Amino acid sequence: MRFFIPQDTTALACGAEAAAHALQAAGIEPVRNGSRGMFWLEPLLEVETEQGRLGFGPVSSKDIPSILDALEADASAHSLYLGDVEKIAYLASQQRLTYARAGLGDPVCLDNYQTLKGFKGLKNALSLTGQQIVDQVKDSGLRGRGGAAFPAGIKWQTVLNCDSDQKYIVCNADEGDSGTFADRLVMEADPYQLIEGMTIAGLAVGATQGYIYLRSEYPVAHKLLNIAIERAVEANFLGENIQGSGQTFHLEVRLGAGAYICGEETSLLESLEGKRGMVRAKPPLPAIEGLFGKPTVVNNVLTLAAISTILEQGAETYQNFGMGRSRGTLAIQLAGNIKRGGLIELAFGVTLREVVEDYGQGTYSGRPIRAIQVGGPLGAFLPESQWDTPMDYEAFAAIKAMIGHGGIVVFDDTADMAAQARFAMEFCVVESCGKCTPCRIGSVRGVEVIDRIVANEDRDNNLILLHDLCDTMELGSLCAMGGMTPFPVRSALAHFINDFTGEGKGDN
Amino acid sequence: MGISQNEQQSISDLVDQYKDLPGALLPLLHAIQGEVGYVPDSAVATIALGLNLSRAEVHGVVSFYHDFKTHPVGRNTVQICRAEACQAMGSRELEAHAKAALGIDYHETTADGNITLEPVYCLGNCACSPSVRVNDDIVARVDSARFNELVANLGGSQ
Ligand SMILES: Cc1cc2nc3c(=O)[nH]c(=O)nc-3n(C[C@H](O)[C@H](O)[C@H](O)COP(=O)(O)O)c2cc1C
Ligand code: SF4
Ligand code: FES
Repeated sequence: MRFFIPQDTTALACGAEAAAHALQAAGIEPVRNGSRGMFWLEPLLEVETEQGRLGFGPVSSKDIPSILDALEADASAHSLYLGDVEKIAYLASQQRLTYARAGLGDPVCLDNYQTLKGFKGLKNALSLTGQQIVDQVKDSGLRGRGGAAFPAGIKWQTVLNCDSDQKYIVCNADEGDSGTFADRLVMEADPYQLIEGMTIAGLAVGATQGYIYLRSEYPVAHKLLNIAIERAVEANFLGENIQGSGQTFHLEVRLGAGAYICGEETSLLESLEGKRGMVRAKPPLPAIEGLFGKPTVVNNVLTLAAISTILEQGAETYQNFGMGRSRGTLAIQLAGNIKRGGLIELAFGVTLREVVEDYGQGTYSGRPIRAIQVGGPLGAFLPESQWDTPMDYEAFAAIKAMIGHGGIVVFDDTADMAAQARFAMEFCVVESCGKCTPCRIGSVRGVEVIDRIVANEDRDNNLILLHDLCDTMELGSLCAMGGMTPFPVRSALAHFINDFTGEGKGDN
Repeated sequence: MGISQNEQQSISDLVDQYKDLPGALLPLLHAIQGEVGYVPDSAVATIALGLNLSRAEVHGVVSFYHDFKTHPVGRNTVQICRAEACQAMGSRELEAHAKAALGIDYHETTADGNITLEPVYCLGNCACSPSVRVNDDIVARVDSARFNELVANLGGSQ
């Protein structure tokens, strides 16, 4: 009987290490798998049996003896018994492509990865020309998952077309948005998939060096990525003459240093070059003049991970998922005040309400949901009237909201939306790169003006001033940091004005 | 602020080790901070010389990033997540409690040199918030009582 206890950040944060020790004390060496992404069940103990992988969770070390006893007698009698993990509706109803392997085994075990169809995409890619790979990516309809949703194939074509002695593949693993952990889960539960996707990208555009720019807030991902890269090099899936193909791709992880703006791709490149993370004006596009001035593909972790699936299963299979111009699957991350938070991979088109009510089962506190912020700190706060919007890039843009990286943060009815609007401005103060005045100074003024509105100092005029300030930031900022900080602020004003004026909780 | 000869030596060694790496500065600063605990003033000159940069450029980079410290910090670093998903689960109360319990504000160190308190904006544990990072361990669902336990585990004179 094999036992599994995850080693991902959230499982560890919930006490997985102690549970693993308790198993060891009973003479059982558990496999340290990745998480399935059902975080409300972490630490989730899985036991491989003839009836499938039986789950128990969330477990603590003191539950281990009674679970072991129950396994001898009647497992289903245990209070933490969950049955066959793969039949849990939360997981069973998902359309998992990127996360198909997550949680199945030891994330850094190469044999496990290959048994589960790993490196098939790479092997296919090795028999294709760069142009053929790029064509597959174009045909898949894949759009960047980092937030801006730019078609990946078009970006790659630009880099492929550049004539240069050196090109780079840069993976954006800065994942700074609150409420997001999809990149982290890929890196911690299935890191070879990212390595494979980046290698394919290198083959496609003719780049021999890749960097993963990883935020320093992810120590577990850092450790696992480094182990995975080392093993991939040893097995010749990275390095010179990959699998005897004559092709070369080197990969290195570089740590960020706690700056949200370094998730913006040009700031990220500056940072990789060893400079302050100041946003660059575009053009030139990074695809043409990127890292060290060379043509560079910058893609999010999920975009690059999806490449492995596309090259393994074919562009058509991938693009059969989704709606409209949003093809493939979306990694929805359900977070904040939610009963069942976690990773939900579904084709585009599910509504926000379905996600928070059916999957999330409402708030953790048990109180009514009041507002939902989608797409990170620059995303709007959505009131109930907007929860039936399907999760699709265009449908969200139409209501002045964004899918972004797919993070959903739920607030219950105790949330103070004026305080949230103030925080949006404050975050911009802390994280602005400082290049443009509307962002750098406007956000400081924004905090002050919101304070005056709440304190009822000349409220009407200050409300007008706040809108003017938002206009200035939206129009006069070089990047979305300054340009979209007004979105959460304005949505809070539009839908939750009473929180600013202290007139009760009647939302619009 | 003085640093020991040993520290100065290891800074010089690290500069030698990293100076030919493309985009060496951030990895080097992380390495120095890992060794010395912070990036001392005297290191800036050594780095500038080794990487062929001006001191102002090195200083500019050190000051741009929240991670890099220019002064000694406590033996332990405790970070409280201030971002939205944690706010939705009570991180504002948690941070108030933490500051009161430790008697310090953010970016400060307890008098016994044991704990430095820092804000952080998301630890990727947003489905089980509020989140706290104690050195390299991330902890989920931290309320005041759990915070007190975490701090007690770090010892110190409180
Ligand atoms: C303020 C700001 C922060 C961003 N943060 C991230 C991030 O953390 N991760 C990410 O992949 N993209 C982030 N982006 C988007 C990147 O600039 C870029 O569009 C992306 O890395 C391109 O990859 P993709 O096409 O695969 O999405 C951010 C953009 C802005 C303006
Ligand atoms: S909008 Fe803000 S973060 Fe973006 S470039 Fe301007 S100052 Fe920098
Ligand atoms: S918002 Fe606190 S861990 Fe993500």
